[in-house]
Amino acid sequence: MNSHFEAFKTRAEAVSAEVHRFTGKEEALAFILAFLKEAGVSDAPECGAVWSAGPFLEGARSEELRAKVPGLTFEVTREGSAAAKVGISQMDWAIAGTGTLVQDATGVEKRLVSTLPPIHVALIGADRILEDMGGVLERLRPDQLNYISFITGPSRTADIERVLTIGVHGPGRLIIVVVDAFEEVTA
Amino acid sequence: MTTQFRESIETALHNPNLTGALGRFSEAYRISRAKAYEGIDFEAVRDQIVEIKGSASSNFEALAEQFKASAEARGAKVFRTADPAQVKQYILALAKEKGVERVVKSKSMASEEIHLNKAFEQAGIEVDETDLGEWIIQLAHQTPSHMVMPAIHMTKEEVTEVFNQEVEAGQAPDIPKLVKFARAKLRPKFLQADMGITGANIAVAETGSLVIVTNEGNARLVTTLPKIHVAIVGIEKLVALVKDIQPILTALPRSATGQLLTSYVSIISGPVPNTDGSPKELHIILMDNHRSDMAKDPVFKEALQCIRCATCLNVCPVFRLVGGHVFGKTYTGGIGTILTAWFDELKKSEDIQGLCIQCGSCVPLCPGKIDIPRLILELRRRLVVENGQSLAMKAIFSVVNNRRLFHSMLRMASVTQKPFKQGRFIRHLPLFLSDMTDFRSLPAVAAVPLRDTIKNIPQPKGGEKIAFFAGCLIDFCYPEMGESLVNILNKAGIEVLFPEGQTCCGAPARYNGAYEVAAQNAQDNIKALLETEVSYVVSACPTCTVALKYDFLDTFKSVGVTDAMEAAKELSAKTIDFSTLIKKLVDEGRLTFKEGEELGKITYHDSCHLKRTLKASEEPRELLKQAGHEIAEMYECDTCCGMAGSYSLKLPEISAPILERKLKNIKDTGASKVVMDCPGCVMQIRGGLDKDGSPIHAEHTVERLADRFK
Ligand code: SF4
Ligand code: SF4
Repeated sequence: MNSHFEAFKTRAEAVSAEVHRFTGKEEALAFILAFLKEAGVSDAPECGAVWSAGPFLEGARSEELRAKVPGLTFEVTREGSAAAKVGISQMDWAIAGTGTLVQDATGVEKRLVSTLPPIHVALIGADRILEDMGGVLERLRPDQLNYISFITGPSRTADIERVLTIGVHGPGRLIIVVVDAFEEVTA
Repeated sequence: MTTQFRESIETALHNPNLTGALGRFSEAYRISRAKAYEGIDFEAVRDQIVEIKGSASSNFEALAEQFKASAEARGAKVFRTADPAQVKQYILALAKEKGVERVVKSKSMASEEIHLNKAFEQAGIEVDETDLGEWIIQLAHQTPSHMVMPAIHMTKEEVTEVFNQEVEAGQAPDIPKLVKFARAKLRPKFLQADMGITGANIAVAETGSLVIVTNEGNARLVTTLPKIHVAIVGIEKLVALVKDIQPILTALPRSATGQLLTSYVSIISGPVPNTDGSPKELHIILMDNHRSDMAKDPVFKEALQCIRCATCLNVCPVFRLVGGHVFGKTYTGGIGTILTAWFDELKKSEDIQGLCIQCGSCVPLCPGKIDIPRLILELRRRLVVENGQSLAMKAIFSVVNNRRLFHSMLRMASVTQKPFKQGRFIRHLPLFLSDMTDFRSLPAVAAVPLRDTIKNIPQPKGGEKIAFFAGCLIDFCYPEMGESLVNILNKAGIEVLFPEGQTCCGAPARYNGAYEVAAQNAQDNIKALLETEVSYVVSACPTCTVALKYDFLDTFKSVGVTDAMEAAKELSAKTIDFSTLIKKLVDEGRLTFKEGEELGKITYHDSCHLKRTLKASEEPRELLKQAGHEIAEMYECDTCCGMAGSYSLKLPEISAPILERKLKNIKDTGASKVVMDCPGCVMQIRGGLDKDGSPIHAEHTVERLADRFK
C-alpha cells in the first residue's frame, strides 16, 4: 500500500491522465491486453503497438503476448514507433505532488514509444510513488544518467486563443497502470 | 517618443482581438495562478530562487567553467562566447561540416535574441520552429508577442488564414483541427531533420545538465530524433547544484501557466544513443551577450534572477492593453524592457521604458523578486544622463526646482485657468493640451492654497506636534483635504504644523529620470520638515509618502549625495501615511468614532503606492467600516487607475482605457461613493466620473472621515 497513491491519482487525473490500479502483474497484463484490443491494435498499417520492455516483462512473457496481440512488437524502431498506435513503457518513479511519472530515458527506445504514438501506456509500481521531485532526483541522478524524463499528463498546448488542446506533438492519451505487487514480478 | 512607436501603440489599442484576448487572459491568469500555488509557500520559494540565482550571477565565470568541464567530461562539446555573431558562426560551421539540410527547433528565446532563423535561411538551410505558437509566428513572418504564449495576439481565424496561405489551403477555424493539422505537418519534419536546436530553462554546473521544460512534447522529439542536438543557453540559466532545480520548477510552471508541472521536463546531462545506435552529437553554447556586464551592475544584477515566467506581463495593466509587439522583437513587457536595454542597447529602451506606469502590480508576484518598476526608473535615469532631458521637460523641471517660482506659477494658474473653469473642474483646454481633458475633467487650481488657508484654522497648542507634508495636489488643488486632515488630528489633541519650506516631493522629476532635480527637491524638503521637532511627518498622498520614506534615500544613493543620508533616514523613520496614522490613533483610543452611524455602501480603490509600497490596504478599510460604512469590494480593486502622475499626460491613449476599466468596476458595485487614499487617484477617477456624468462621488478617505469623530 502506498500512501501517496491517492494524491498521485488525483493530480494525474487533473491533467487528463487515466489512472488504473491493479494488485498484481496478471491483472495488469489482462488490462493491457484488453486495452490494446479495444484501441484497435492489429497488424494492419498504422495500428501497431510498440513495447519498450522493462523488468516488468522479464520471464518469457513477451512471446506469449506477441502471440495474443497481432501488431504488438518489442523491437522498438524509429519507423515502427512513428507508425504505431500505442507505445508501452515502464516508469521508474512517480511524484505524488504533481502527478508525474519519471524515467531514466537514456535508452532511445524508451523515448520513442512515449513520444511518437498517439497513446502511451505507462507502467509503474505503487511503491514507486514519492512525495516530491527532490526525492526522485536523489534516486535518478543527473550525475549518472544522461537523459531523465518527467511526464505529467498527455501532450498539450494552449497556443491558439489559449484553448487547451490535448495531444500536439506527443501522445494525446496517457494511460497509467499502477501495480501493487510490482517488485515481486521482477524477483 | 518616435512617431513609429506612437503608431504601434495606436495599432495595438485599436486591435480588439488583441485587447480582448489579453484582457480575458489576465483575468483568468490570476485565478489559475493562485490555485496552482495552493499549499505552497510562495515567499519561501522565491527566497530560494533569489538565493540560487543571485549567487549564480555573482559567480557566472566559475559556474560557466564548471558547467563546461562537467558537460565535456560526459561527452558534450561546450562553446562559450560573449558574442551573438559567434554563436551563429559556430552553428552554421557545424551544420556545414555535418551536411545539415534541415533543422527543427524547440522554443529558445536565446536563439530569437540573436535572430538565428534568419542566419539559417540565408545559408539555405531549412529551419522550422516546432512549438505551435512559435511555428505560427514563423509562418506569419511575425515576432512573438508574449514570452510564454508567442501567438496570443492571434485569433483562430488569423491562424487559419496563415495555415491556408503558408502551408495548405482548405483549413477551417476549428482549434482542435488546427492543432491536429500542425501535428501532421510537423511530424515528418521532426523525422527528417538532421539537427535539433533547443534552449534550456536551467543549466546545472555541477553535472553539466540542461533542464528543458515543454508542454507539447516537441523538445523531447527535437532532442531524440535528429542526430545532432545544439542547445543555446544564456549564462543566466546557470545554477550551481542539482538541488537548485526543484525550487525553480516549483515556481516556473505555476507562475507561467498555472500548472503544477509542465507535461514534460527533460534533464539532459550527456549524449544519448541515436536511433541507429550512434551516439548523439551534443553541442552546448553558453552565450553571454552582456549578461556578465549586467551581473556587474549593482542595480541591474537582480534582473538576472528572472526565470522567464511572464507573470510581469500577465498582471501588467499596460501590457494587457497594448500586448507585446510595441515592446520590440524578442523580450516583451516590463522585464523585456530591461533585457532589451541590456542585450540590445540602452537606446532601444528609450520609448518602451515609458510604457511602465509604475503601478508595482508585478513586484509581489515575481518569482525572482525583481523590482521591475525600480529598474525601469533606473533605465530612465540613465537615459536622461546619456541623452539629456527633452527641452519641454527641462523647462518644467527648472520651474519645479525653484520653489518660489513654482508656487507663484501655481497661484497664477488659478487666475489664468478662469476661461476654462466651470465650478471645480477645468472643462476644455486649448489645442494640444486638450488631450489632458479628453477622457476626464481636470480639477481647477484652488483660489487659495492650503498653505494659506491652514493659517486660519485655530489649533490646540502645547501638546503633540505633527508635521504635515501636503504635496502639490492637496496644497494647490484640493486644500479641503488638508483642512480635513488638520481637523481630525486636532480632535486627538495634536497640533498640525505646515512647514512653509516644503515643496514638490520630487516624484515627477524622479519618474521622468531627472534625478538631480529630485535630489534638490529632497534636500529642500528634508530641511523644511526636520526644522521643528515633531513626532510624525504625515502625508495624505501615498506617492509623496513613498518619496519621503524611500525615494529620497534612493535618489541620493543614485546621484551620490552622501552628506544628507542621515537626515533622510531620520525623515524616513518619521514619515507615515494618513490612514495608518489615524488607525493607530483610533487603536490607542485617542480618536473615537461617533456611534451608531449608518453611512451606507461605498467601494474602495487601492492606490498603487499605498497598497504595494506602503503595504496599507486594511487600515483605510477598517477606518471606513468603523465610521459606519459597508464596503462593497470592486473587481480588481488594487489595479491602477491610470493616473500615475505625468504618465496620463504622456500616454493619454493608454491612461484612458485603464481609467475606463476602473470606472466600470466602480459602477458595477452599485456603491454611491468610491473612496481612496490618493489625491492623484481622486483627480483621475473624479475627473473620469464627471466626464461620464456619473452621480458617483470620488473622495479621499480623509474627506470621508472628516466629521466622523467625536
Ligand atoms: S521578471 Fe519576474 S515575473 Fe517577469 S518573467 Fe522574470 S521572473 Fe517572471
Ligand atoms: S510596475 Fe506596473 S506598469 Fe510597470 S511593468 Fe510592473 S505591472 Fe507593468
